[in-house]
Amino acid sequence: MYRYDSYDQAMVDARVEEFRDQCRRRLEGKLTEDQFKPLRLMNGLYLQLHAYMLRVAVPYGTLGGDQMRALADIAEKYDRGYGHFTTRQNIQYNWIKLEDAGDILADLASVEMHAIQTSGNCIRNISSDHFAGAAADELVDPRPYAELLRQWSSFHPEFAYLPRKFKIAVIASTTDRAAMKLHDIGIRIVERDGEQGGELGAQFYVGGGMGRTPMIAPCINEFVPLDRLITYAEACLRVYNRHGRRDNKYKARIKILVHELGAEEYTRQVDAEYAHMLDQGVEPPFAELERIRTFFADPEFRAADEASASNEPAKTASEPAFQRWVRRNTNPHKAPGYVSAVISLKPVGGIPGDATAEQMRLMADLAERYGFDELRVMHTQNIVLPHVHQSDLPAVWRALDGAGLSTPNLDQIGDIIACPGLDYCSLANARSIPVAQKISERFEASGKGEALGELKLKISGCINACGHHHAGHIGILGVDRKGVENYQLSLGGSEAEDTALAKITGPGFSEEGIVDAVETAADVYLRERTEGERFLDTYRRIGMTPFKEALYG
Amino acid sequence: MADPVTHSDGPQSDGQGHNSGLLRYRDDKAASHAAVTVDAFVDQDDALAVRIEPGDEARELIPHLARVKLVEVNFPAFGDGRGYSAARILREAGYDGELRAVGDVLVDQLAYMRRCGFDSFDPDAPLDAGDVEAALARWPDVYQSAADDRTPIWTKRHA
Repeated sequence: MYRYDSYDQAMVDARVEEFRDQCRRRLEGKLTEDQFKPLRLMNGLYLQLHAYMLRVAVPYGTLGGDQMRALADIAEKYDRGYGHFTTRQNIQYNWIKLEDAGDILADLASVEMHAIQTSGNCIRNISSDHFAGAAADELVDPRPYAELLRQWSSFHPEFAYLPRKFKIAVIASTTDRAAMKLHDIGIRIVERDGEQGGELGAQFYVGGGMGRTPMIAPCINEFVPLDRLITYAEACLRVYNRHGRRDNKYKARIKILVHELGAEEYTRQVDAEYAHMLDQGVEPPFAELERIRTFFADPEFRAADEASASNEPAKTASEPAFQRWVRRNTNPHKAPGYVSAVISLKPVGGIPGDATAEQMRLMADLAERYGFDELRVMHTQNIVLPHVHQSDLPAVWRALDGAGLSTPNLDQIGDIIACPGLDYCSLANARSIPVAQKISERFEASGKGEALGELKLKISGCINACGHHHAGHIGILGVDRKGVENYQLSLGGSEAEDTALAKITGPGFSEEGIVDAVETAADVYLRERTEGERFLDTYRRIGMTPFKEALYG
Repeated sequence: MADPVTHSDGPQSDGQGHNSGLLRYRDDKAASHAAVTVDAFVDQDDALAVRIEPGDEARELIPHLARVKLVEVNFPAFGDGRGYSAARILREAGYDGELRAVGDVLVDQLAYMRRCGFDSFDPDAPLDAGDVEAALARWPDVYQSAADDRTPIWTKRHA
């Protein structure tokens, strides 16, 4: 994984000092709250319902064991002993004191971490495929390109006061595990003309997003050469910075600009800006990309038939619970004998994405012992050990099982994405977490979770859609109806390569009613499905009507 | 890259003495021409100073840059970042005259403005000289190229 050199470290250290100075000037009254707010936001500090929230960046979701331990230390020292992993592969702490923020940033900087640009109207942390560098189906590791974009976007002087926030995702596989087309810019690394072994380049999808106006990004350029990647991105941003709407914050995202101009006209403007920029020296030396790639070289994988590094009793491998976990929570790896193992942060009845300091330390230990000291944060709010030798899986599972981290529910109905909702968030209209808890408990009790197979359920507590409800096979949106929480159900969304936006079934439900409604929709699927069909496939084949009849008939 | 502008070591007071809050990072004398709107500037052959508002098209000035003595870029609100792009566009087009940020110009945006090519500042509220100095000395390096002459980290790594 990427490690800082003295340049990177000096920049992060300077940022800590800058923020300390800004806090001092705020306290001295030299900065008004209006002037201070965007500065603290660009250091990840939000004012929530009950306290400050600090969002720490995990660039492209990759972190080392030492970094995970530092996150655990921060949870204990400055928060309530836990943290919350987010849908943008970051971690949030929900009970932070403003006066501690400078010290937390300094602690983070000591392990090459920061909270730079995790909020505010700027280019946010770059996200990527959580199985990058491991997945059997990837073309190349997408993270070197994400790292190059991280450097480019950090402290970018022209793009710190954009019309609105700006999110970029990079993938390099035909399978989309990063909701790439639902980002402001989604980049897929491809071979020219799709020819095997062809020159690598970047496909640009611009203008996707969720929020109150969900849109799927159109492809505006099929192939940007890698030695023009940054220049093209800069052109995309400049057109947005100049022409994105600033009169209405709800119409300020780039998706609205692309939609109002039309993808063709936006592309034309980008191309004109790009042509102009080509001789402006925007592009980094290609040697930098090559330098970055060396950090993402494969670890020294063991032979496929090598024995386990642990003393775990052989009988563990035959336990049904272990086998179910391996079936459900591991992903094929490019190296023979290896898998990527998903650590579920979705225990039945738990808070999606939360992990305690002890759990974080355990995950760090497992990464160090069995996973080349590397972890990933998934946008689905779970953690991955990307490179685990199959012979070590019993020991990994045993340790996870002892810490409440072995729920075998990856991509099943219990693996719910939920925003913090009205329990924490000042924007929310309704609670998300209790609904997620009730649904996971209901399906655990009925035992239907395993039978339902892949069924992605996502819950947002307001129309800002942080819980990705538009992209759920089943989506739930909490709204406020005359002072009472009400939940709208939608079906048919997908954030994968078959990206689709979910459609609302009809009138909303009460908190109890929505749990019944989800079960009703699941039962329609179980009744109607044909061999091998996922919920989403059945919905696409039979349409909304049978679901509506069951829900409202 | 646009031609680098001449930098002096620090801000100078305005030779005209009409504005005590003016910060300049140029060695030449401050322009004192009254700035007109972009539309007026394009129409009037004798205008020498122009003020760009956030919604204006900075590129309309490019054919007329030879006679421009001063470009003011207005920031009615510090959170409106269009002026940063306007500044870079003019520097990229070769403009090396005075480029002045005016309006809601605050110390925490100064370093980015310098990087985008601004070399003078006329803030609505005067800035603390110590804070300005600290802000401009803050960053040991830069990650990306802009309109200033700083060498990006990714170039230094491979020099």
